Amino acid sequence: MSEKPRKIEITDPVTITVDGREVTAQNGELLIDACERNDAYIPRFCYHPRMNPVGMCRMCLVEVDTGRGPALQPSCMIPVAAEMVVDTKNEQVSKAQDGILEFLLANHPLDCPVCDKGGECPLQDQTMAYGPGESRWVEEKRHYEKPIAISETVYLDRERCILCDRCTRFAKDVAGDPLIHFIDRGSNTEIATFPDEPFSSYFSGNTVQICPVGALTAKPYRFRARPWDLEEVESTCTGCSVGCRITVQSSRNQVLRFQGVDSDPVNWSWLCDKGRFGFEAINSEERLAEPLMLSSDGTLSPARWAEALNAAADAIRAADPTSVAVIGGAQLTNESQYAWAKFAKGIIGTDHVDAQLGDGLAAEVVLGLPGATIDQVCAPGSTVLYMGPDPKEELSVLYIRLKHAAQEDGVQIIELSPAASGLSPYASASLHYRPADLPKLVEALLAGELPDQGLPGIDAAEFTKASQALLAAEQNLHVVIGRANLAESADCVAVAASAVHQALPGATFLSGLRRANLRGALEAGLTPGMLPGRSSLAEHGQAWKELWGSVPSTAGMDTTQILQAAAASKIDVLILLGADPLADFADRSLARRGVAGARTVISLDRFLTASTRQADIVFPIAGFAECEGTHTNLEGRVTRLNQKVTPPGTARTDWMIAAELAALLGKDLGVERDAQELWDEFTAHSAVHAGVSSAALDHPDAADGLLLDLGPRPFVTPVAPHVAPQSSYSLRLIVNRTLYDQGTEIHHCDSSSGLAPAASVRLSPADATPLGAEDGTQVTVSSPQGSITAALVIDSGVPKGSAVLRHNLEGADPGLLIDSADVVCEIRVEVS
Amino acid sequence: MSRFSPANLRLAQEIIRRYPVAKSATIPLCHLAQEQDGYLADDSMAQIAELVGCSSAEVLGTASFYEMFKMHSVGKFCLGVCTNISCQLLGGEELLEHAEQTLGIRPGGTTADGLFTLEDVECIAACTEAPAVQVNYRYFHRLTPQDLDQLIEELRSGALDGVVPAHGTLGKVRQDLGEDRIANITPPEDQTEPVWLRRHRELAEAAAAADAGTPSAVGNDS
Repeated sequence: MSEKPRKIEITDPVTITVDGREVTAQNGELLIDACERNDAYIPRFCYHPRMNPVGMCRMCLVEVDTGRGPALQPSCMIPVAAEMVVDTKNEQVSKAQDGILEFLLANHPLDCPVCDKGGECPLQDQTMAYGPGESRWVEEKRHYEKPIAISETVYLDRERCILCDRCTRFAKDVAGDPLIHFIDRGSNTEIATFPDEPFSSYFSGNTVQICPVGALTAKPYRFRARPWDLEEVESTCTGCSVGCRITVQSSRNQVLRFQGVDSDPVNWSWLCDKGRFGFEAINSEERLAEPLMLSSDGTLSPARWAEALNAAADAIRAADPTSVAVIGGAQLTNESQYAWAKFAKGIIGTDHVDAQLGDGLAAEVVLGLPGATIDQVCAPGSTVLYMGPDPKEELSVLYIRLKHAAQEDGVQIIELSPAASGLSPYASASLHYRPADLPKLVEALLAGELPDQGLPGIDAAEFTKASQALLAAEQNLHVVIGRANLAESADCVAVAASAVHQALPGATFLSGLRRANLRGALEAGLTPGMLPGRSSLAEHGQAWKELWGSVPSTAGMDTTQILQAAAASKIDVLILLGADPLADFADRSLARRGVAGARTVISLDRFLTASTRQADIVFPIAGFAECEGTHTNLEGRVTRLNQKVTPPGTARTDWMIAAELAALLGKDLGVERDAQELWDEFTAHSAVHAGVSSAALDHPDAADGLLLDLGPRPFVTPVAPHVAPQSSYSLRLIVNRTLYDQGTEIHHCDSSSGLAPAASVRLSPADATPLGAEDGTQVTVSSPQGSITAALVIDSGVPKGSAVLRHNLEGADPGLLIDSADVVCEIRVEVS
Repeated sequence: MSRFSPANLRLAQEIIRRYPVAKSATIPLCHLAQEQDGYLADDSMAQIAELVGCSSAEVLGTASFYEMFKMHSVGKFCLGVCTNISCQLLGGEELLEHAEQTLGIRPGGTTADGLFTLEDVECIAACTEAPAVQVNYRYFHRLTPQDLDQLIEELRSGALDGVVPAHGTLGKVRQDLGEDRIANITPPEDQTEPVWLRRHRELAEAAAAADAGTPSAVGNDS
């Protein structure tokens, strides 16, 4: 089995005898774990170290004597107690193992040669190691249709299933999506979904990884490789900012599979399907493989690197530094981010650099507040004030951790969100505020009482529960912040977080911003007014000037201001570092005017996106699994990213392009051979990065990555935004994300691209009834900016007075409604 | 669409209220659905899942464990012929074969008139009365093929309507508990003393009080 036993700290040692040896174990831990840790591996199928044991498969029977004589007992169900005598290898045990395997194989087909699991199959391996070698079964085996699709990505072969309960336990206990279940009984027992209700869990791929036989297989990997042909390296998933550890497996220079690695502080071996099957985008035919330049006929045509680099360098050279702007960079490695920060701020001399597209939080908030790790947030005894996005949709594995914390470890979650989320069922109190009311709500919670006139949509009893839990938390309060609503000013969350920080200084904060290496980008200074290592331009500019030769003299603009300036033709060169403002910036009108208004647009991307198509020069870049580097997750945990395959065509890593351009501008970026030089320079000059040098990351104890210094920095309290009173537009808009959308990555994954839901307008029953509309009625949503039409969904999770639209789905673009100058977006909904 | 009728929906909600945890009502609600439709339809299971707050797959998983829940439409009478050891020795298999010929269907099949579903069943715990047959779980003992023909005829004519209710009917009189007799209505975490212990204590106290000549505090169910 690939699963490793969980590392534990022995606090209550007892001595037990295993195969004649006296060993020390933790009192009460499971015997199967204690034996494995003491070099007496017990074969098993159903037991998984991250799930509760059930004792289904009986493979782990061992002889246990607790003073009443030896008896065969399932070691996954027996807690260790003092003076236990265990025999894992004697004749009785071997006979039991023989018998169990013979039973399991009675109905198991001998189709290993055509089974995806063959070669890495626990049933195959353990039959070889512990089995009888021969079967006495001569009767017909049971037959089922092979295989049946139980979801878009997972296939079930019921003949191979040994009914270990791993996938069903995972679906119910870990993912919280009990869409598969044992049905029927006895020899007819099988795993099934309800008719016409597929196993459409965001986490379905994990069941394929933990299936101990080939019963569950993943469509993207079926018949693509044999395990012995796969090469692998460990890396960190960059699908979102949680930073799950994975193995990248490839064959013949093609990535074929990601598997979750059990990283104790982060993902516990689980992955979301978007991450797991995201490897398909790496192999996409549509990857950019050569530079493109705008030709005289107005189309993007292939160009040579020298040509494209010279053209880019010429454009930058010709422009005044203050008219050059850089947007994006959150998908880059830490090294490339540092290279681009140094190139933009030290060499070009512009501070108009922003890795976020108006959908994040100010760097001062993310980096200034005292940090919390996922483990601290989810530790028993913790109270979590959750003010982030729907974690199930945006930070899926963090959702698994939070759900586990709430259900198994008694962690209290106080959820403050504009609408019900995937986390709401597990929250001990869930308050749904009207957009822009979050600062008022937090202020009231901290004061312990609602304002006299109340707050719209806030239930008094739930409020009291939340307030009491919040004020009782003291040192164990952990706050998750993020953008639950893209149509609301980021200042709302910042003000709320700041109020908690002032009132409860012991509280620590975790930023739930989903862009993969956004934390790294902010740490590297890809944000206006900041330099690498959380240094502010105003205060620490001198130190970096000594290293870089120069730094910008004044703080620059953020993405919104850059786009405004570009729209006013004040930006000569706009560099997009893997950013697609035309799809991702919330205010669609401004994004269009901004990208069109910049004189020269230089884009570094893996694919042709909406924004890339508008560019004058496009550089193809090496993406995930194609370059070496490091990654910083949302906690501030630095892990290694490893290369497994070569990038397509002549695509290069982002830092190389910065270095080339610097050379063409007559400057030296300070990198000769590889990205590690950049990291060494960065970590040597940043106090918060002192502990994450290359040498430290290579230490065997650093397998789970190393944390940056998470201590607080000087924090400037943001000013509460002023909200104009409600106009004739009666509703406030909530724009949030779904896991599957029209994003570039998903769009290029064959098996996931069809999973994005259709656009809809979600209204509470209270707001839908007066319209006389039903589910599916076409409704028109209008704001002063524009209007869109989509089908109505009546959703009791949406509070009265708000309407929910999803970001970046096909059919209706909420960006057409949003004006980035407004704190909230007020709208009107009418039947079309 | 097989959903609960308005009256049955009210009853379903009443049944759910009898349990401290709604999910505990899954099986009683499956019975109610089967009583309404004669079998457990997919729609019903989906509705039960909504009512008790779990997934449809969980309701299907629970219901499919039990032979007595039928997942497909069955006849008014489910005729189960036992072919387990005692019945087999005393002619159960012949009886089944005879039933197949009389009804013109194989085990698992339903007659065209929708009256009979024939089943080949395992031991129904009537070994002393072999060969035994069940019709909608009502027993008929020591049947000869001629007895079986007569039984089928009587069922068809309606002569046994008072004896054998239509498939799905749980009992002739629905069990309905008064509020005061509902066990465990307190959420488990709030319970201090098991209900039955309290009841015994109250009865004992009442008896003691009666001995002492004071009026009884308990006695509404004697």
